[in-house]
Amino acid sequence: MQLLIEQLLNGLQLSLTLFLLAAGLTLVFGIMGVINLAHGSLYMLGAYAGALAAARFGSFWLALPAALLAAGLIGAAMELLVVRRLYARDHLSQVLATFGLILFFNGTIAWGVGLAPLQMDTPDLLSGFVQIAPGLPYPTYRLAVMAVGGAVALGLWYVIARTKLGMLIRAGSDKREMVSALGVDIAGLFTLVFGLGALLAGLAGVMVGPIRSVQIGMGEQVLITTFVVIVVGGVGSIRGAFVGALLIGMADTLSRAFAPMLLKLWLAGALADGLGAALSSIMIYLVMAVVLVVRPRGLFPAED
Amino acid sequence: MGLNRQTLAGLIVIACLMAVPFAAPLLGGNYVVTLATRVVILAIAASSLDLLLGRGGLVSFGHAAYFGLGGYVVGIAGFHLANDVPIFGWAGSNEALVVWPLAMLVSGFAALIIGALSLRTAGVYFIMITLAFAQMIYFVFVALKYYGGDDGLSLSARNLFAGERVTNPATFYWISLGALGLCLLVQWRLVASRFGMALRGAASSERRMAALGFSVYGYRLAAFVIAGMMAGLAGALWANLNRFVSPDMMGWVRSGQFMVMVIMGGVSSLFGPIIGAAAFLLIEIALSGRTEHWQVIFGPFVLLVALFAPRGIWGLIRAKGEP
Repeated sequence: MQLLIEQLLNGLQLSLTLFLLAAGLTLVFGIMGVINLAHGSLYMLGAYAGALAAARFGSFWLALPAALLAAGLIGAAMELLVVRRLYARDHLSQVLATFGLILFFNGTIAWGVGLAPLQMDTPDLLSGFVQIAPGLPYPTYRLAVMAVGGAVALGLWYVIARTKLGMLIRAGSDKREMVSALGVDIAGLFTLVFGLGALLAGLAGVMVGPIRSVQIGMGEQVLITTFVVIVVGGVGSIRGAFVGALLIGMADTLSRAFAPMLLKLWLAGALADGLGAALSSIMIYLVMAVVLVVRPRGLFPAED
Repeated sequence: MGLNRQTLAGLIVIACLMAVPFAAPLLGGNYVVTLATRVVILAIAASSLDLLLGRGGLVSFGHAAYFGLGGYVVGIAGFHLANDVPIFGWAGSNEALVVWPLAMLVSGFAALIIGALSLRTAGVYFIMITLAFAQMIYFVFVALKYYGGDDGLSLSARNLFAGERVTNPATFYWISLGALGLCLLVQWRLVASRFGMALRGAASSERRMAALGFSVYGYRLAAFVIAGMMAGLAGALWANLNRFVSPDMMGWVRSGQFMVMVIMGGVSSLFGPIIGAAAFLLIEIALSGRTEHWQVIFGPFVLLVALFAPRGIWGLIRAKGEP
């Protein structure tokens, strides 16, 4: 029972991290029609900026703004220099161009920082445990990550559903030409949304820093999982991104924790471990396949 | 039919490929032959991808999965033979004429399943889903510790070809080149056929082809399977060349590289992907010889190709108005 609660919380934390990434990616695609493979790089760059700042200044509270600043600025620069030229292009060019960006960012980090993974310390304030149930201590830091993720999700919902900016974003994703014809500065809106998505990716990256090691390739791994989230939820839909992130985050965490254990009820130990490891590493793709069979455009397809 | 620029360029490519074993002693011996073999094998994979990317307008981002599966069929069949452990009652095999067709079948079957699911969608969904399924297969092989997991699997020997050992690099080159020739021949016939017309028609307007009574889904799935089988053959050859297979063969970076080769060489052309594969390998060798961090230069180069030369090298050869 305690294990189940702990794993549910871990799953929730992964889900909220995935949502931070999926929200940016799905907004960028929904509004600008650009598939951005380098979204994972922004996550990685956020984590690296955070880890380097933490090592330099010895404080997580300086690492956090450093990561946000780095990811946001690099994201905005990316939009102005590269992504802007891709709006009118086909998906093939977009994939190729952003693939080139990934190579560039990975190479730059390998060159400037090195291939060895970086470690980031949990901030002192959040380094303890909280007794969430009798006999079940849970790391404070992970709870804080969940709180931030949840707050950002709420904030994002508020911005999109209730503010003028959100209205423009929703209108822009539905009828881009119409919004532009009404005199809205579409170019500015695009840069803003892209920068916002980059900021969220950087936030996800720096928050994950103290939980996992910061290394090259972390961006692509999470990018592909984020793709699964978006495909499950429906491309372009924030609500879809949220539901998809919950589904995929939970499926991944719970299958990793329990698949070998459940298989042991029927199979021999070593076989169950091996099969369980294989099954849990492909679980999210199986979920995606099932959703595709039932609803090819995801659970909450954006209106077209 | 007159001798237009494309035909001429194609003949030059063929002549260069045929000349490699004869010119090699002058250029650096076996190193050049092995390098040319790598070009030829990657060209098979790239041209099979072009059938989807170029002719079909289907941006598949998981093509390395079929390449890797083909390689693993060779690796696993050899593993069971060498260790004297039967697999599903089969002793394994080291005979190319058995293992390579099997590699094509396995890759084709995987392409059938993945294609059947992915082709229910289109556009950006299709890109993400093909990438995700390829990653799934990658993780399966990482988790298969029995076959080496992350570390991959070494082959004790190259496959026999009709019972003969293939130790001479030039012989293996000719075999690979023959495979490329066959694949190009099949593609050339396919593209000109009713099947190819339907595939290209669906790429420009799916609705129009459907209205004309074509089963767009069926044609696309068939193209997906054919491309997967060719990539599987390329993977089997690659495993033989390196006598080694690992999950990296099917990683997303590999898929991206295949795409770069196709675009750099020129989409929707028979010889473009060959030129692209050659250009890719030469750039990689030239840059990685200079700096360990060659991706810092190669990444922006790919970006520039995507932005300013989306028709690739073949696009320069192809005169205006030519198909």
